[in-house]
Amino acid sequence: MSTAAADPGLWLPRPYRVSRCKRELSDTFTLELLPADGEAMPAFRPGQFNMLYAFGLGEVPISISGDPDAIGPLVHTIRAVGPVTEAMRALQPADEIGVRGPFGSHWPVADAEGMDLVIVAGGVGLAPLRPAIYHALRHRRRYGRVCVFYGARTPDDILFKTELKRWRGEFDMLVEVTVDRATRDWAGKVGVVTRLVEGGGYDPLHTVALMCGPEVMMRYTSRALEARGVARERMYLSLERNMKCAVGLCGHCQFGPHFVCKDGPVFRLDAIESLLAVDEL
Amino acid sequence: MGDIVRIHQMLGEHPFLGELPESVLETLAGCASNCMFAADSIIFRDGQPAQHFYLLRYGTVSLEIRSPGREALLIDTLYDGDVLGWSWLLPPYRWNMDAHAMTVVRALAFDAACLRSKAEADPALGYELYRRFVPVMGRRLMAARMQLADLYARPVKACR
Repeated sequence: MSTAAADPGLWLPRPYRVSRCKRELSDTFTLELLPADGEAMPAFRPGQFNMLYAFGLGEVPISISGDPDAIGPLVHTIRAVGPVTEAMRALQPADEIGVRGPFGSHWPVADAEGMDLVIVAGGVGLAPLRPAIYHALRHRRRYGRVCVFYGARTPDDILFKTELKRWRGEFDMLVEVTVDRATRDWAGKVGVVTRLVEGGGYDPLHTVALMCGPEVMMRYTSRALEARGVARERMYLSLERNMKCAVGLCGHCQFGPHFVCKDGPVFRLDAIESLLAVDEL
Repeated sequence: MGDIVRIHQMLGEHPFLGELPESVLETLAGCASNCMFAADSIIFRDGQPAQHFYLLRYGTVSLEIRSPGREALLIDTLYDGDVLGWSWLLPPYRWNMDAHAMTVVRALAFDAACLRSKAEADPALGYELYRRFVPVMGRRLMAARMQLADLYARPVKACR
């Protein structure tokens, strides 16, 4: 049994209280949580996730979307897609929720130091990448160029709009946003996110790319990055699977020889790309 | 004469025509003119004859689909360095969507009939043009497929 699996603390949900619930999009919201027992929160690394437990309904794996270096609540951005996440959407300040974690692998922000950092997100995939962006901004001098390329379905589906505007205002960061479709009241870019990648703004030979979004989007994005000259072994992506135990025991999230909960959710592309083409695993 | 020299120079600077031999640029310049569109004007409309194509030098153009009773749907935006229009290459030489200048747009306009006749007379020129347009068409086809897939929509579980 792995060390993680042997730690009973990781099996037992710890009660947290909702300190704030913020509506982000029509189906997406952010919960800010504080430990109900008033004790310290465990540290996390960008890209890791927690198991959130809606009492009496069930547990879901949700990436942490807050700042790993900030002192403050635990932040999760959630899309309501089923009964558990729908119940979480109804939570109010002071309501309780169970939390296990943090679990899983993380974005290689330390290994990327000295390199250009290209962050490509699609839809709600921006949430698991936000901690990496916070980290890069906080330690800006450790990186070369920092590019954030974000694609959303329509202008109304752009997540963290205020922050994207603020990041775009930074003089040392390239932030490009595109939507798949729009009407004339949108003055920004229309088109797929791979076009932003093709536009450059980074040195392909010295770039680490982090991707999160629908798998098809990440597949095409990785091809666009490779066409620009970014090596596969410097591309990382975050996978979403049906995680249950979160410590690699139950097998629900098995992905070929990997368990997404334990070996992922962040993988290096070349470690899993052959599996991405398989319809069902 | 000065205009042709200037257009020749602008052609050489545009990324779409990068690395073309001088002689080819000269041939192309004979079919090209400088043009400008005011912000919020229509460059071409769906169904109209595709008599030109454009190399954008400045500004933003949206490609739009109109349907009665609905707002125009933007499906792509183009910027300086991009090429606007490939319907002039394929019969029946009619546009398949609207092009709308979102800002002031400055471009090089090419007379399609002029270019087609030169390409027919000079297969090497025709090959060069197709070699540049086909990747653009391929990228836009791929983008249209990705947009059609509606990747960011709320996930729906497959029924089996």
